[in-house]
Amino acid sequence: MKIIVLAKHAPDPQSEVGVAADGKSLSLGTAVFDINDWDRYAVEEAIRIKEKMGGEVVVVGVGKTEDTLRKCLAMGADRAIKIPVESGLDAYQTAEVIYEAIKNEKFDMIFAGLMSQDLNNSQVGVILAAMLNLPFATAVTSLEIGNGVVTVKREIEGGYQEAVQLPMPCLLTIQSGINEPRYVSVMGIKKAKTKELKEVAVSPKTSTVEVAKMYLPPVKKAELITGDPSQIAAKIIAILKDRGLIG
Amino acid sequence: MKVFAVAEHRFGELNPLSIELLNLANKLGESNAVVIGKDVGKFAAELAKYADKVWKIEDASLENYNPELYIDVLLQLFQKEKPDVVLIGNTAQGAEYAPYLAVKMKAPIVTDVVGVSSANGLVASRFVMQGKIMVDLKVKSMPCVLTIRQGAFKEGVQKNGKIVDAGIKPSKPAGRKFLEYVQPAVGEVDITKANIIVAVGRGIEDAANISLAEELAKALGGVVAGSRPVIDNGWLPKDRQVGISGKVVKPKLYLALGISGAFQHVMGMKDSELIIAINKDPEAPIFGVAHYGVVANLFDIVPELLDKLKGK
Ligand SMILES: Cc1cc2nc3c(=O)[nH]c(=O)nc-3n(C[C@H](O)[C@H](O)[C@H](O)COP(=O)(O)OP(=O)(O)OC[C@H]3O[C@@H](n4cnc5c(N)ncnc54)[C@H](O)[C@@H]3O)c2cc1C
Ligand SMILES: Nc1ncnc2c1ncn2[C@@H]1O[C@H](COP(=O)(O)O)[C@@H](O)[C@H]1O
Repeated sequence: MKIIVLAKHAPDPQSEVGVAADGKSLSLGTAVFDINDWDRYAVEEAIRIKEKMGGEVVVVGVGKTEDTLRKCLAMGADRAIKIPVESGLDAYQTAEVIYEAIKNEKFDMIFAGLMSQDLNNSQVGVILAAMLNLPFATAVTSLEIGNGVVTVKREIEGGYQEAVQLPMPCLLTIQSGINEPRYVSVMGIKKAKTKELKEVAVSPKTSTVEVAKMYLPPVKKAELITGDPSQIAAKIIAILKDRGLIG
Repeated sequence: MKVFAVAEHRFGELNPLSIELLNLANKLGESNAVVIGKDVGKFAAELAKYADKVWKIEDASLENYNPELYIDVLLQLFQKEKPDVVLIGNTAQGAEYAPYLAVKMKAPIVTDVVGVSSANGLVASRFVMQGKIMVDLKVKSMPCVLTIRQGAFKEGVQKNGKIVDAGIKPSKPAGRKFLEYVQPAVGEVDITKANIIVAVGRGIEDAANISLAEELAKALGGVVAGSRPVIDNGWLPKDRQVGISGKVVKPKLYLALGISGAFQHVMGMKDSELIIAINKDPEAPIFGVAHYGVVANLFDIVPELLDKLKGK
């Protein structure tokens, strides 16, 4: 099984993120970057399949992606392709440069994450499937490989899932929780140093959307309970008593 | 503007988001609903109350949703009808096939849209950074495809549109085959019936700390639930997950500990009678839905709460 996995080096939205002075781009000065959470599960799934069936796992990243690609190699991926393009918010451009970089590769499956934790588009994987004319399924929560086909469960609303079967080659986007991603071992990091990390110079040709404005959302703010921890706890308990929620 | 809204249905029921798409369509111009399935007469009649025109696409092969067949028939319809804007629900179905459809239409796409303006070209607003930042995106060409977040376009007008059979069938069989639906897992605790829920998020940090939440739930007479990462990490069973891919709860008290308030979570708890959130990040979107907020480390506050509840 040869599997290509897309892995984004992405800022954690729970760290300090904001809007830059131009009012059109993100300010990520002190944000914490790591492999996009959904991609961690995708890489793990691909490595598990390789460990069971043999084959190759190739990871592909667009942007300032070196740390994440190294991490994937340390987890057990075989080689990496780095595309040093800042594609910004236009998912089409990200997919386009990935397409250019991998169009001559042979593969059985491509895995993407269901969503990037920073941009939350849920687009790049499916756009790539369309460019390659591949059958696809999103939000995959389990998969089983058969003879030339893969049977997957995909998540739908309310805890339900849908079981579908796809011919290979195909593209799947992976939902979190599909497995328990491994930690990177010291051995893994050592081995990763000898693995291939190739840079591919391609540039996006198509631009589909443009940022008109970026800003903090207007939100209705909760009434804040302040004080030291003991005072805060006392105030919370007073609210609960007042509402008859506790005796 | 000529707008096409693709309706969604499952288990014999129309997804109410389909009407919200038409609310937006009516604001933008001429509203067309498209409904795809084996026998969609009932859905078409409902949609006609909110659309200028309803297009039925019926075939035995369309009984269950299949992205390849949906894209196939939609492309046939759109080639003839030339929409300016295509609206699709940002759901497990819609979010799956919309980007593929957009590529085949050579149309820009914006996903998970919560606002649209057409005053100066088409501009769609959406969140990035899991609800912390908003961006207005201008599409660079028409037609365009937008997937729409549930709840963003609730108000609309009534219509009395005519229903037409589009006379379209899939042009070829799909590679992907639908097999079956799988029921949600059932566990021993039904969080949808609880009056008091202590919900923990990634901020609880570790499996070992779940017991702190359990102690608090016990002292309050409630149960423990969690956000998706807590379930993904195996710290709580799947049937305790609150959110679009878990359960929708409406308890008398929802105490959110270390939960950021991503939309997919909020959809599962926003109608709770009283929401109190403890989060150390003052910018956390959870403070947009909570009635009361505490900006603090949960590990400072929860032990104090426990002391006071036990000592009272
Ligand atoms: C298709 C799809 C379906 C999904 N379905 C669901 C679903 O059903 N339910 C769901 O919950 N999510 C769902 N998600 C995931 C969702 O997008 C978010 O990733 C998730 O809700 C985040 O969980 P969280 O708030 O626990 O974690 P995070 O977003 O990482 O937030 C953790 C929060 O804890 C705070 N914190 C950290 N430490 C402390 C501390 N010591 N004291 C106080 N605060 C602290 C941080 O400031 C942060 O705000 C879904 C996503 C997709 C794409
Ligand atoms: N810059 C990138 N580099 C590599 N993969 C990416 C990049 N951006 C998006 N992807 C992949 O596409 C998925 C969906 O991203 P998005 O469409 O931004 O939500 C991610 O989970 C990744 O697998």
